[in-house]
Amino acid sequence: MATHESHKKRSGLMDWLTTVDHKKIGILYLLAGGFFFLIGGLEAILMRIQLMEPDSKIFTGELYNQLLTMHGTTMIFLAAMPIIFGFMNAILPLQIGARDVAFPYVNAVGFWLFFFGGLLLNLSWFLGGAPEAGWTAYAPLSTVAEDTGVDFYVLGLQIAGAGTLAGGINFLVTVINMRAPGMTFMRMPLFTWASFVTSGLILFAFPALTVGFFLLMFERVFDANFFNPDMGGNVLIWEHIFWIFGHPEVYILILPAFGIISEVVSTFSSKRLFGYSAMVFATVLIGFLGFMVWVHHMFTVGLGPVANSIFAVATMAIAIPTGVKIFNWIFTMWGGQIRFTTAMLFAVGFIPTFVMGGVTGVMLSVPAADYQYHDSYFVVAHFHYVIVGGLILGLFSGLYYWYPRMFNRVLNETLGKWNFWLFFIGFHLTFFPQHWLGLMGMPRRVYTYMSGQQLDGANFVSTIGAILMGLGTIVLLINIIISASSKHAASKDPWDGRTLEWAMPVPTPEYNFAQTPLVRGLDALYVEKAAGNGEMTPAEPVGEIHMPNGSILPFFLSLGMFVAGFGFIYSNWIVAIVGLGGVLVTMFLRSVIDDHGYHIHKEEVEADIKGGRA
Amino acid sequence: MPLHKRAYKSYLAISIQILLFELNRKKISQDRLQRESGVYVVMKKWLQKGRLVSLFAMLALLLMGCGDPTLSALIPQGEVADKQFQLMLISISIMILVLVVVFVLYAFVLLKFRKKKGDTSTPKQVEGNHMLELLWTVIPILLLIILAVPTVMRTFEFSADAKPASKNELSIKVTGHQYWWEFEYPKEEVITSQELVLPADTKVHVELSSADVIHSFWIPSLAGKTDTNPGDKNKNYMWFDTGSKTDVVYKGKCAELCGASHALMDFKVRVVSKEDYKNWVASFKAADGKSSANANGQQVFEKNCLSCHAVGQEGGNTGPSLTGFGDKDRVAGILEHNKENLKEWIKDPQEVKPGNNMPKVNLSDEEIDAVSDYLLGLKLK
Repeated sequence: MATHESHKKRSGLMDWLTTVDHKKIGILYLLAGGFFFLIGGLEAILMRIQLMEPDSKIFTGELYNQLLTMHGTTMIFLAAMPIIFGFMNAILPLQIGARDVAFPYVNAVGFWLFFFGGLLLNLSWFLGGAPEAGWTAYAPLSTVAEDTGVDFYVLGLQIAGAGTLAGGINFLVTVINMRAPGMTFMRMPLFTWASFVTSGLILFAFPALTVGFFLLMFERVFDANFFNPDMGGNVLIWEHIFWIFGHPEVYILILPAFGIISEVVSTFSSKRLFGYSAMVFATVLIGFLGFMVWVHHMFTVGLGPVANSIFAVATMAIAIPTGVKIFNWIFTMWGGQIRFTTAMLFAVGFIPTFVMGGVTGVMLSVPAADYQYHDSYFVVAHFHYVIVGGLILGLFSGLYYWYPRMFNRVLNETLGKWNFWLFFIGFHLTFFPQHWLGLMGMPRRVYTYMSGQQLDGANFVSTIGAILMGLGTIVLLINIIISASSKHAASKDPWDGRTLEWAMPVPTPEYNFAQTPLVRGLDALYVEKAAGNGEMTPAEPVGEIHMPNGSILPFFLSLGMFVAGFGFIYSNWIVAIVGLGGVLVTMFLRSVIDDHGYHIHKEEVEADIKGGRA
Repeated sequence: MPLHKRAYKSYLAISIQILLFELNRKKISQDRLQRESGVYVVMKKWLQKGRLVSLFAMLALLLMGCGDPTLSALIPQGEVADKQFQLMLISISIMILVLVVVFVLYAFVLLKFRKKKGDTSTPKQVEGNHMLELLWTVIPILLLIILAVPTVMRTFEFSADAKPASKNELSIKVTGHQYWWEFEYPKEEVITSQELVLPADTKVHVELSSADVIHSFWIPSLAGKTDTNPGDKNKNYMWFDTGSKTDVVYKGKCAELCGASHALMDFKVRVVSKEDYKNWVASFKAADGKSSANANGQQVFEKNCLSCHAVGQEGGNTGPSLTGFGDKDRVAGILEHNKENLKEWIKDPQEVKPGNNMPKVNLSDEEIDAVSDYLLGLKLK
């Protein structure tokens, strides 16, 4: 290409607002997701403080329901998913040897939509109260609520969800089209595979949620009657739609964690993943079965024994590929040389914890017994074992593992171990007793319990555990602050890595690989190390690199949606039209302004290579 | 006998029991069934035969006795809760087996394969092992089949015959309200609230619906929960057995988030002898607003409360029926049953149960005092 478009180098805040670089967007996701994680965690601790003692009156009634709703919603949509997207953005293109994702502009749109959606939802705290119908927002509780809380929930998540959908499609295309020469599907690292399957799940699951939110929004804003039985509606429509999305969502969350654990276990055992193809197959199968089991959230709804039995057996079936994964991880370690770094500690903690969440999951799949477990603290214990003990431990592991690649600093290992032990012990103290609470008759989502029901002791222990988890998280924050202020840059391959993301210098050049690498097997970097090369063989000569220009349009497009969200929440059509008009204007500008990106000249790339910067 | 054989035998014993129950369902009388199907009876037999060491029995012992005996699902009192507890034991046994295998293997690996200091060799890169991988695919499938059989059987069993087969069977209609429970006995023509009175050793058929949002009807000691959905199309049916104990009050809970006072939507199930039950029905039907001798309070009540609350045959139905209020276990379903609490409740219902639909009625302190006396005097004969 001969055209050399002018390229404005932006710096500071403007750089972050306009970036389309997957590495920077990854950091943005991680920061925003981390921020919401702290808010969601604070909400959890407030709830545990209320439940520490029986008959306590600190956060009661509506306020408590707001806390539980915002805790669940924030953790799932605004903390867990964005942090996953953060890692997918920062690492996935590197792992497949790509220059960027397939659609860098869409990537930025996805981030800003999530950010403004999350902001909108959280502003509800200051504007008349947060939503209070649970993260599941069952109708008619969600449709009859008179304040604007649920409106914030619907509009905020609708906007954030659009961003997620865009991100999912982007990663599907990236994995299919952007792999380096030799990077066949069956040579992709497991994190990439898991992200690929997760993106597929997003593609099929999120539209269900979008439709559900439109129904709920129309019911609330325009007085439709989809869920109103007095007007011929049916309350169960919402439950079905929500869980048709909601169950795959669980796998959207956990599969990337499986991917991270696979990478970490393999790296720190210095062994290739045991049964790689079985792992890939299990990942795909879990994703597929994830769509067949939503009714196990609805066993007590009254769908009859046939539906309940079919979905019970389908649910049990998921245990099989999951078990395959567990054993493959253990046998990856078998015969290896296990190094207990913080990242590995989190992975080592993940495996037994997740197994415990898994077995209670199988117990819950038995409908006749689930009539006792359902909506009790047993369920609360179960899903926190899989989501915190599974996903969050996985994300912590990934954070310690990839931190040097993302931020050019290694996190302190001593503090990391404090972080792990506080969080891990706190976690089990919090949630293990909750199994018993549920079986002993404590329903979930209650703001208090009376004394004299033998529920006091376990609740007290649970709160102590939650405080320990909070302390563990504070240690992580301290660790991040210390590392940010330290001057020691990380080495390019601090863990003796096996995959492509460790084959570049730090900081990662903006174009990633100066020359696209040639992949010669699974664990591409390890293959070269074993062959004595030490680094990747290039698949192309040094040449010009075509890069996309940054743009402020994704920010304004999402801002327009944010403004329109307020318009719909308060039924102020002028504001809604102004917001949507802004969205249309940015789309129009994006269509008519020719932006061919810019080129990094061959000489610059050569200079980078010579200077050790690429 | 090795442990695994014992566990297997226990599983067989329970599965055979389920099968026998299925086959003889129609023949066995309720009482006998109660006696024979109880986990306790099985346990007692094991105890007698000296099989206490059995994994299964140990588990049952470990879990049993956890919690409040009128609330805990681990201390089942009726046939349904009993069978649900059996299912829990079967699934927990299988799952503990899995956990033990995984944890032992895992601990071994973590201890054995730590990196030794100074070791610079590269571990052998193993691709996989078809035999092993087949093994840990097939064994879980077998375990799940073992679990799936009783699962499906019980699931069908609990929904079969949920609607009463004849008019002679006891049947009740449960309606959830924000935040109280309405209980109707259609055949007996009794409508009460917050407190179910039921005869012991009886199969109770329940029809469930809701007047507003979704609630869930749960008596952990007697049976798992079923949702109460608004709308005629989504009525639910379930059944449970009241167990053999008499003069015991079980705790019931709402298990589906239903609003600000979801946590306070408790109810009680009083199980009495069959004779006492008959008497209760008769005296309930005979009761009227004059059963309390407090003319002043009655006047206040009729003027301010009767439009929503029924006493005897009179009064509205938007609030809970207060017939026999003096005999109830709790004020507003949650507070201890005394005059002080009743006055507090009438004075400011929102303070006690946030978000509930009872308005703050404009009454003087004397009037509240009188109406409280009146209400507490409403006793069944």
